[in-house]
Amino acid sequence: MNNVPTIANVQMKLLERLTNACAVSGDENEVRQIVLDQIRPIVDEARVDALGNVLATKRGQGENRLRVLLAAHMDEVGFIITHNDDSSFFRFETVGGIDARYLAGKPVLVGKEHIPGVIGAKPVHLTSSDERRQSITVDALRIDVGPGNGSKVKTGDRATFATSFTRLGPSLRAKALDDRLGVATLIELVRHAPANIDLLAAFTVQEEVGLRGAGVAAYAFDPDLAIILDSTPAHDLPAWDASENTRYNTRLGAGPAIYVADRGTLYDTRLVRHLVETAEAGGIPYQIRQPGGGGTDAGAVHKQRAGIPSVSVSVPGRYPHTPAGVARLSDWKNTLALVHAALARLEPRLLSPDDKS
Amino acid sequence: MNEILPFLKKLISSSGLSGNEAPVREMISEHWQPIADEVSVSRLGSLHALKRGTLPEPRPSLLIAAHMDAIGMMVTSVVGEFLHIAEVGGIDARVLPGQLVIVHGRKELPGVIAQPPAHLLPPEERNGPVALSNLLVDTGLTAPEVARLVRAGDLVSFAQSPIELSKDTLAGHTLDNRASVAALTTCLQLLQKRLLDWDLWAVASSQEEETLGGAATSAFQLRPSLAVAVDVTFGSGPGTPSHRAYELGNGVILCMGPNIHPALHKTFKELADRLEIPYKVEVTGPHSGTDAYAMQVAADGIPTMLIGIPLRYMHTPVEVVSLKDITRTGRLLAEFAASLDAEFMNKLAWE
Repeated sequence: MNNVPTIANVQMKLLERLTNACAVSGDENEVRQIVLDQIRPIVDEARVDALGNVLATKRGQGENRLRVLLAAHMDEVGFIITHNDDSSFFRFETVGGIDARYLAGKPVLVGKEHIPGVIGAKPVHLTSSDERRQSITVDALRIDVGPGNGSKVKTGDRATFATSFTRLGPSLRAKALDDRLGVATLIELVRHAPANIDLLAAFTVQEEVGLRGAGVAAYAFDPDLAIILDSTPAHDLPAWDASENTRYNTRLGAGPAIYVADRGTLYDTRLVRHLVETAEAGGIPYQIRQPGGGGTDAGAVHKQRAGIPSVSVSVPGRYPHTPAGVARLSDWKNTLALVHAALARLEPRLLSPDDKS
Repeated sequence: MNEILPFLKKLISSSGLSGNEAPVREMISEHWQPIADEVSVSRLGSLHALKRGTLPEPRPSLLIAAHMDAIGMMVTSVVGEFLHIAEVGGIDARVLPGQLVIVHGRKELPGVIAQPPAHLLPPEERNGPVALSNLLVDTGLTAPEVARLVRAGDLVSFAQSPIELSKDTLAGHTLDNRASVAALTTCLQLLQKRLLDWDLWAVASSQEEETLGGAATSAFQLRPSLAVAVDVTFGSGPGTPSHRAYELGNGVILCMGPNIHPALHKTFKELADRLEIPYKVEVTGPHSGTDAYAMQVAADGIPTMLIGIPLRYMHTPVEVVSLKDITRTGRLLAEFAASLDAEFMNKLAWE
């Protein structure tokens, strides 16, 4: 096995399967099955914990190996069916942060059998101009599975947007790129784990509803440090008035996004520096995610036990938590290359007290 | 019924925005050629198919029109990697964020409609609906590629694939009004081995969603004795007032109102009763908003009828229609065409 990971057709197909799978927070089974199938043959241990996280260990060789937690969340935002209104119309609530302005007029897949449904909207002909100045609320929308299909859906079923994975030139368009890009990256890292570390892989649950899986995974592994693999928003669109967009968060095509600070975490400066130095030494493009709101599983991980030095590296993605996100293939490749190179250069003295700054 | 599904899926997968109907017109033309005596294209792009009658010339004729054009969008300007768009036909911009589209540039480019983050929008749109003029299309391409492949005026069509929702229903975009084109095709198929007294013109009309220009000019050119427009009407669903909507699968909608000749409406009702085809009556307002209006006032006036097929979520990319309603409409149209004889126009007297 070649020890430097790359993104080729096989990895692309795996990402396609992962993004097309439905795994709304708390119901991650479909993605968990894919993950287990992929990693079981290549790890030393793999288990599913009490919350549904997949925890896998791939041990290295030699002395003084760092125990490194790599985490990517399996869950995605979506919907949960709350009530059957009429034969084929179902009320629902959103799970995770979904902007209700994205819902009207979209197809969905409901439940384990992926029953097709649509979220309709009142015909424009019957709306008043006042009405069109108001957002359509979730309360006013229903999932319609078609006359005669009502019995195939029940309260509690999860639903996701029904978008299929597609290539768009140099980019990828899919639902749930947040965080199947991280999941696919982590699988490749497990496959090509450097021997200088013990790689502790956590495919976590319920990130989108409060970082629930990552907290217990970090407790269980008790690692020396953690790297969180996620997809972070790219807000690199033009402003309506053509003014400069200074709050882009990240930009597509500018490489992996390294976190410094977000609402939940002040990222470990030694690890940030290690990633930056690795990128510059290897000629790998990178960007610093603009400090600000948002967060990753690091928010739960870094305060676990007596503290776990943590950093996050994300593939930039436009329109997360919507029917169709857009990410750049080169960013994914460079994220995988950067994290792999950074792991291979990890030494215990990196974690000595940071007195350089 | 099963025969209609693959054809309808093909119909809604062919592009043909108002004024740019060529792709879908060619596809319909291929299907109509074997089942009509002649097929031609009008000056404004409507498709005309003639099934010749047997009465001596000058022969009366029936025109049945179903518009084939689709709503969609058009590129207004290119900004770096992104495209600004305007609507073609009536669209509620609130259904657009997150829609999958195809940009018809120098090649077909898949993309998605983006709602920019709040801080990039005018203050009044940060929390509420975003106007179409502030939405963007993202093709995933780099700015130089976009500049090379896309320019203002390029069409943007919905890319939602057809969804077989339940046994008798199909969901997708442009079922308004390709569902009616399918019904008209069923009518032609049913008449294939039958002799008609009258000439029958089947017309897939152009430009209905913008100007009704196709049906108006086809009716003038063909000067039929009678005209029937087939279009979708509101299917019952969430948010749609029940007094304005019709259940899917419960039958054909026979319209009445100022655009419709009362004696013609009565004839259709009696025919449906006789054939035991379920139907509901819809009273359309002063202007039905369909090809019926354009044909009624063509030339020196044409007695016109309007038939509706219930459709949920009209003018969204997830419209839903019942296949049963389509085939019933096709059968009713065929039986009406077959019932016309030399005396029919005399029966069409005003009270």
